[in-house]
Amino acid sequence: MAKIDFRLNGTDISVDCDLSERLLDFLRTKAGNTGVKEGCGEGECGACAVLMEGRIINSCMMPMANVIHKNIVTIEGFAKTERFKILEKAFSETGGVQCGFCTPGMIIASESLLNSNPHPNDDEIKIGLSGNLCRCTGYNMIIDAVKLASKLGEGLW
Amino acid sequence: MSDISKSINKVDNHEKISGKAKYVSDLFFAGQLYAYSIRSTIAKGIIKAKKVPMLPEGYQIVDYRDVPGNNYVKMIFDDQVVFPETNVTYIGEPIMLLIGPDKEEILALVKQIEIVYEAEEPLFAWTQSAIHYHFDKGEGNLPFARAKKIISYEYETGYQEQAYIEPQGMSGYLDEDKVTLYGSIQCPYYVKNALINCLGVSPNKIRVIQATVGGAFGGKEEFPSLIACQLAVAILKIQKPIKMIYEREEDIISTTKRHPAKIAIKAAIDKEGKISAIQAHVGINGGANIGLSGVVLSRAMIAATGAYTIDNLDIEGDVYLTNTVPNGAFRGFGAPQMLFAIEMFLEHIAKDLGVDPLTYRMQYLAKQNDLTSTSGTFRDPIVMPEMIKKAIEVSSFKEKAKLYQNNNLFRGIGMSFFLHGCGFTGSGEQNHIKAVVRLKKDEFDVVHILIAAVDMGQGVRTTMRKLVAKVLGIGIEQVTYNLPDTDFVPDSGPTVASRTMMIVGGLVARCAKKLKDNWQKSREQICEEVYKQPEYVKWNEDKMQGDAYPAYSWGVNVVEVEVDNDTFVVTPKHIWSVYDLGKAIDERVVLGQADGGIAQGIAYGYLEVMEIETGKIRQKNLTDYIIPTASDMPPMETYIFDNPYALGPYGAKGVGELTLVGGAPAIAKAIEMAIKHKVTKIPATPEYIMELINHGKN
Repeated sequence: MAKIDFRLNGTDISVDCDLSERLLDFLRTKAGNTGVKEGCGEGECGACAVLMEGRIINSCMMPMANVIHKNIVTIEGFAKTERFKILEKAFSETGGVQCGFCTPGMIIASESLLNSNPHPNDDEIKIGLSGNLCRCTGYNMIIDAVKLASKLGEGLW
Repeated sequence: MSDISKSINKVDNHEKISGKAKYVSDLFFAGQLYAYSIRSTIAKGIIKAKKVPMLPEGYQIVDYRDVPGNNYVKMIFDDQVVFPETNVTYIGEPIMLLIGPDKEEILALVKQIEIVYEAEEPLFAWTQSAIHYHFDKGEGNLPFARAKKIISYEYETGYQEQAYIEPQGMSGYLDEDKVTLYGSIQCPYYVKNALINCLGVSPNKIRVIQATVGGAFGGKEEFPSLIACQLAVAILKIQKPIKMIYEREEDIISTTKRHPAKIAIKAAIDKEGKISAIQAHVGINGGANIGLSGVVLSRAMIAATGAYTIDNLDIEGDVYLTNTVPNGAFRGFGAPQMLFAIEMFLEHIAKDLGVDPLTYRMQYLAKQNDLTSTSGTFRDPIVMPEMIKKAIEVSSFKEKAKLYQNNNLFRGIGMSFFLHGCGFTGSGEQNHIKAVVRLKKDEFDVVHILIAAVDMGQGVRTTMRKLVAKVLGIGIEQVTYNLPDTDFVPDSGPTVASRTMMIVGGLVARCAKKLKDNWQKSREQICEEVYKQPEYVKWNEDKMQGDAYPAYSWGVNVVEVEVDNDTFVVTPKHIWSVYDLGKAIDERVVLGQADGGIAQGIAYGYLEVMEIETGKIRQKNLTDYIIPTASDMPPMETYIFDNPYALGPYGAKGVGELTLVGGAPAIAKAIEMAIKHKVTKIPATPEYIMELINHGKN
């Protein structure tokens, strides 16, 4: 066990944890951030995606040791932002949500993509989302959602 | 009033997008323990000993000795044990549970448990038939005796894993003496009935509640009953809340999948080059127990002639038992295997006769009042010719086909025609399901929809509320529909077989109409409807004769592909789909089903590979069982034709499965055109394509 400091959803926290513990488990069981999902546990599906320093990472592959002094944002934290509201509107209007299990990860992936590229083209969106698996939608409506968010959120990213 | 198809914001969008929706793994109960399965490592054998180390305090084993009722999972047959007593029959079969407070500790202890087996010779060949069905139509196989020519092919389809992103799981507790389970499930009452049987308790001692379901696709139809039985036995024994969430690897190696199939078909061709009869044998690998395999087989066989009418048929099929993971429900339920075979077969007959496949196929398209494969009647109008015309136009099918056929561009375009019978096969609704739906209006005039239908992403929480609001002429906010809880909702049947909107929604709409006609302001009112089979639907289950389904949805898929001429990697370039699903209750919901369905359908045809070797599945996670990513999916266009069905709400028929079943043959035909060799097996992987190019038939 070790004491580590990091920032979670805008708040600086100090926690006792095993350094090899997965960030995913910490977030879900200790921080109550159950919007972060476990789909495969191998870094393949992206359901556990969170932002670290503004970039998407898979929290199932991230030991707590690597989180020290980092800025982590989960869907719960991101849901409080203006950018989230735009993405929510876009995903709703295009039909980008079905079972919803991949959705928080998709939102995080979209944020990470738009953050680095506010006006992505189709191929860039596909690459940006290719680390997040969705079994329900066939992706087209999600791709449309990112395009719509890029338009609606002009100036936000 | 606006058209009901006009889309609205889905009612669960916000909770899902913001991460607030609670899936089963997100539920934590005070003092909750975790359960982990100890699984068979051999395909067949006798358990001689279970060597369990001294367990720390708070850790326990649960196995067959703890089952208070019948040690089988109630489904159709009694051949799926809750926990095996002595015999194991497939690799991955859960033998017992280890339960305790700490997950890490459990995993460490599991490694120290040793099961000693006396191995037996496992059966992997498809030789032991557990179910055999047969039906004839017209003269059966008699025309073969006078045929000018007989054309025969064999087709093969592989496994397909549902690959819902949320793995299987349940969680529950004892509420005084009532077992309460939350689950990622499609069928709350299947689970409840299985629990009554294996716990040997009265129905009021069981409560099953749906958690938000993270995808299912049939994979959460019958399988969750096994998890539920094991977990409930443990909860009764230990008297504490327990949670069991499968890890992805456990889920892939041990849960039900789409049945691999081998389909042999032959056609009697007369002197005009017409098909006078078709004879087919459909073999499917059931795995280690029968489960739903018989029902899957019958749906496959009934789909024997796809969207066509052939006057004389002789169709038989077998479910083979092998010492492999049991197979079960998956969107399409036997139809994808058969539709692949029949669609390729008609294409191949035309090619062998040297005629244009599209023209040849068109002449056999089923028309209203034609006899179905089982000699029932297509009673409702069929608008396939218009749909096909549309598909040809929007995809430029003819121009592209001509170009690709006559050049070596490694490009191809394929078009499939198909149908899907809506609801349970035969008299299943009437004799087995007996759906009941209830509407309750409270004193504030809020109407509560009480049904057991599960929203697993297909949008039924939205569409059902929309439907009731529309019938009653009130706002959707005045209608509620909570996640089903067996303590509050009647058994409206399982969420399967593309029956939810057509059958359950039909009952709900009639119930709402009754409520509207008797509406008493500010008074509590309850209204119920029970399913009654239309009188004209006649089905003989033993002979497989008559109307297998009350209605059919229809579809056309066009897929264009490019095949890399060095690596033989297939890239889908564009997809066009045209559907007749009666009437869309929400257009965007239907378009979403269409996109997702065909993504799974084409992936079944070219991408998704699952292999089993001496009973062991080689793919263990989403890293090696490859499903499409955003980069794999081309643009998709979908067109919906209204063709209202009299008994469906606002004319709605089934949607969910229809959108999957045509994908594989469409892409397989496109690949065939691109490589100019006949495709008879899916998935059409680069390895298979290379084999075809080197040794296949033109």
